[in-house]
Amino acid sequence: MTVRVQAEDFDVAAELAALQARCPNAGAVASFIGLVRGNEEGQAVKAMTLEHYPGMTEKALAEIVAEARRRWELAGTAVVHRVGRLLPGERIVLVAVASGHRDHAFAACQFIMDYLKTQAPFWKKEELAAGSRWVEAKDSDRAAAARWTEPGSAA
Amino acid sequence: MIQVRYFARLREALGRDGEELRWGVEIAQVAGLTRHLLARGGVWERELGPGARYRVAVNRQLAGPEAAIRDGDEVAYFPPVTGG
Repeated sequence: MTVRVQAEDFDVAAELAALQARCPNAGAVASFIGLVRGNEEGQAVKAMTLEHYPGMTEKALAEIVAEARRRWELAGTAVVHRVGRLLPGERIVLVAVASGHRDHAFAACQFIMDYLKTQAPFWKKEELAAGSRWVEAKDSDRAAAARWTEPGSAA
Repeated sequence: MIQVRYFARLREALGRDGEELRWGVEIAQVAGLTRHLLARGGVWERELGPGARYRVAVNRQLAGPEAAIRDGDEVAYFPPVTGG
């Protein structure tokens, strides 16, 4: 299990290769990469600054991964999240999950992202032409995380 | 003493990233500490008062208003998270 918070970019191929090397019996790797959007509600985004709570962030991410491992049969996971000032098109986050079968890998990857968005202490501030503003938490993100606790969910 | 920390929009609105407070029974629960901060009025009331959206963590674990605070603990106030 890899969990890292860092300012520098990550090499997707190297991260996936490292995960695969740790999980020689995995039959599937599913991954998600989050990027800085160039446009927010019709306004051009100049940059995005990510702040976090050092110490709590790593703990929260490790707990989310541990919960995913309780729910699905996973061979390994990698979560890398960047902080600091990022430009449109830059990578923000990588979640990669290795498993024996693709359904577990897909579901766990989505679960980790949905929980990360509502539980891990990161905050985004966007720079627009009109000035800077803190991004507000979205109801759709809360709903995405909540569906994993509903009866009959994919969990 | 307890350490209180503020993050992101709250840190900017409150004009500080943290402070040290003397522990006492009146702040031995999150709800009590929040009441203590609200009593400062002004921006504190706006940011932490009824209707304000924020989360609290005690020792880096999300915590509700009934959570206990012990001498030496670290308590953080921050807006709903927006990472990923």
